[in-house]
Amino acid sequence: MVTSRSAAMDSPASAPVPGQAASAAAPGRPLRTAVQPASAAPAVAAAPAGATLIDIRNLDFFYGESQALKDISLAIEDHKVTAFIGPSGCGKSTLLRCLNRMNDLIEGTRVARGTIKIHGVDIYQDDVDVIELRKRVGMVFQKSNPFPKSIYENITYGLRLQGVKDKARLDEIVEKALRGAALWDEVKDRLDASGLGLSGGQQQRLCIARAIAVEPEVILMDEPCSALDPVATAKIEELIQELRTRYTIVIVTHNMQQAARCSDRTAFFYLGKLIEYADTRDIFTNPGNPQTEAYVSGRFG
Amino acid sequence: MNAADHVFRPRLNAARRAEGLVFWLFRSATYLILACGGAVFLNIVYKGAGTVFTTSAPFVNTTFLTEAPESLYVFEFEGKKYEMGDREFRAFKETHPAAAKVKTESYVYSAGGIWPCIVGTVLLVVGSMTIALFLGVCAAIYLTEYAKDGAFIRFVRLAILNLAGVPSIVFGLFGFGMFVIFFGWNVSLLAGWFTLAFMVLPVVITASEESLKSVPKGFREGSLALGATKWQTIRSNVLPYALPGILTSSILGIARVAGETAPIMFTAAYVVRDKLPWDVERAGDFFFQGVMALPYHIYVVSSKIPQNDYTERVQYGTAFVFLGIVALIATASILLRTRLRNRYKW
Repeated sequence: MVTSRSAAMDSPASAPVPGQAASAAAPGRPLRTAVQPASAAPAVAAAPAGATLIDIRNLDFFYGESQALKDISLAIEDHKVTAFIGPSGCGKSTLLRCLNRMNDLIEGTRVARGTIKIHGVDIYQDDVDVIELRKRVGMVFQKSNPFPKSIYENITYGLRLQGVKDKARLDEIVEKALRGAALWDEVKDRLDASGLGLSGGQQQRLCIARAIAVEPEVILMDEPCSALDPVATAKIEELIQELRTRYTIVIVTHNMQQAARCSDRTAFFYLGKLIEYADTRDIFTNPGNPQTEAYVSGRFG
Repeated sequence: MNAADHVFRPRLNAARRAEGLVFWLFRSATYLILACGGAVFLNIVYKGAGTVFTTSAPFVNTTFLTEAPESLYVFEFEGKKYEMGDREFRAFKETHPAAAKVKTESYVYSAGGIWPCIVGTVLLVVGSMTIALFLGVCAAIYLTEYAKDGAFIRFVRLAILNLAGVPSIVFGLFGFGMFVIFFGWNVSLLAGWFTLAFMVLPVVITASEESLKSVPKGFREGSLALGATKWQTIRSNVLPYALPGILTSSILGIARVAGETAPIMFTAAYVVRDKLPWDVERAGDFFFQGVMALPYHIYVVSSKIPQNDYTERVQYGTAFVFLGIVALIATASILLRTRLRNRYKW
C-alpha cells in the first residue's frame, strides 16, 4: 500500500491515468465501456488489472418495492478520483451509500442481486463487520454535519471510539488531519471553539478532516459542495486534488464542471442505470453514448 | 380625488371582520386561563402566606417548616387565652400545675409543622423520577433508535398512550396489589416510587421519543460513517443533545409526581409518622418505610379531621409550601436544561 501511494503521489495530478503498470500495458487507449440502457447483455466495466479497489457487479438495489439501481457494474480504481454524475434520482447517491452500507440505516432497502467487492471481499456478505468497513470507507455528506462539539472533539471523535486516549497522539492527529483538509491555519488558534461556529466551507472541510483522521482508504463524498459558494467550492476541489494522492475518492456531484475539473474517471447514471463509465476527459469531450452527450452538453438533466 | 379614498384604503369585508373576531377570541381565551390560574395561585398565596411567614424576624415560620405535626390545644388560663402545641402544652403543665385541670379544646394536626411531609415528598419525587427517567429513556431509545417499525411497535406505542389515560387511583390500586401485597414491600418508599414512576412513564417515554427524533439525522450518520457502533453513536452523539428536551418533559413529570395523592395513599403515605426517614436501624430499612407526603397531608387535614379555622391555616400553609417546592425543583431542572442547551447548540 505504501509503495502504491508514493507512486501515485509522484504522478502529476492532471494526468487522468497515473503511470501504473496497468495503463502502461495499453498506452493511449481510452478505457471505456458504453452500456446501452436497452442492451440485454450487461457489459462489465473494464478496469486496469490490479488497480481495481471496489468492484461492483450486476448490482440491483431496492427501496421497498421500487428499484433504485439496475444492474450496475463498475470498477473503481485505487488512488483515483471517480465522479458519479447524472440527473436527480438517477441512483448515484444510492450507489455511493451502498459502498459503506449507509443504506442499511434506511428501512426496507436491500441489495437484491449482485456484489460489491472491496479488496475482493463482498461487503454485503454476512460475516462483514459494518463498523470495520466504515472505518476504511469514510464519508463526507451533502449537508455538512459537524457535531455540536469543539473542533478538536470533532476530529478526535472517530479515534476516541477506537480507544485512542493518548493526548499527545490525539494532538498530533488533529493537526495532521486539519492540515490534510487545508483547515489548520484557519482554526489552529480556536480548536476548542464549536465546529458549528465555522463557515459553511470550513464546516465541510472539518468534516473531511474528521473523515481522514481515522485514516480510511476510501473517501466517499456525497455532493460535498452543493451548499457552498464558488470560493469555498474551489477550496474543496483543490483539496480533493491533494487527497487523491493518499486516498481513493468517489464523489457524487450535480455539477458537471466539478466532475470535469477534479475527477479521473466519470460514471454517468440515468434512471438507475449506468449509461457510461470512462475517463473523465473522454466523457466530456468524446462521449460514447448519445445520452451522455446530451447530458454533458446540457441538453437535459 | 378625496385624500382618504385611495386604492389601498381598508375596506370592511368578511375576511377583515373574521380577523378581528378571531383575534379577540384567542386573546380572551388566553386571558381567561390567566385569570383562572391567577385566582388559584393568589388564593393559596394569600391564605397560605399567613401560615408560612411571620411579621417578626426571621419572618419565616420556622416551626411550620421544620417540625412534625402536633395537636393544637386552645385554652384559657388565668384570664389569658393560649394556643399551644402538644409538647409545649405538656411543658406548660409542668411549670404551671394548675393548668392540668384547665378545660381545653384540641385540634388534631393543627400545631407543629410539616417537615416530615416535605422530606417525604422530596424523597418520593427524586426516587420515582430516577426510576421513570431511567426506564423511560431506555424504552424511548429502543423505540426510536433500535426497533423496526411494525405492528408490534405500533401496539407498544398504543399501549403507552393508553397508560397515560389511566386514572391515578388505578395506578394506586395496581401498586397496592403488586408492590405492597404481592411483592410484600408493605407501605413503603419503594412501592411508592415504582407506582409513581409507572404513572409518569408514558409522559417521559413520549417526550423522550420526541426529543430523540428531533436530533438531526446528520449527527447519527456522521458518527456511524466514522465507524461508531449504534450505542456509541447514541451515547455520545444523540443522547446529549436530546437531554434538554427530556428534562423539559421530566419537569411536567415532577409536578405530577409531587402532586398526586391517589397513587401513594395505598402504597407509600402515612397519615402521621413520628420518625423521619433517616431514623432507621439498618440502611436497608430505608426503602421499606412509609413516609408522610405533602399532597396526602393536605388531603388528610382537609377531609379526614373536623374542619375549623385552625385546620384551614395548615391546609393553605401546606399547599403554599407544596407549590414552592414544586417551583424549586422545576427551576432546578430548567437551569440544568439551559446549561445543557448552551453546551450543545446547533
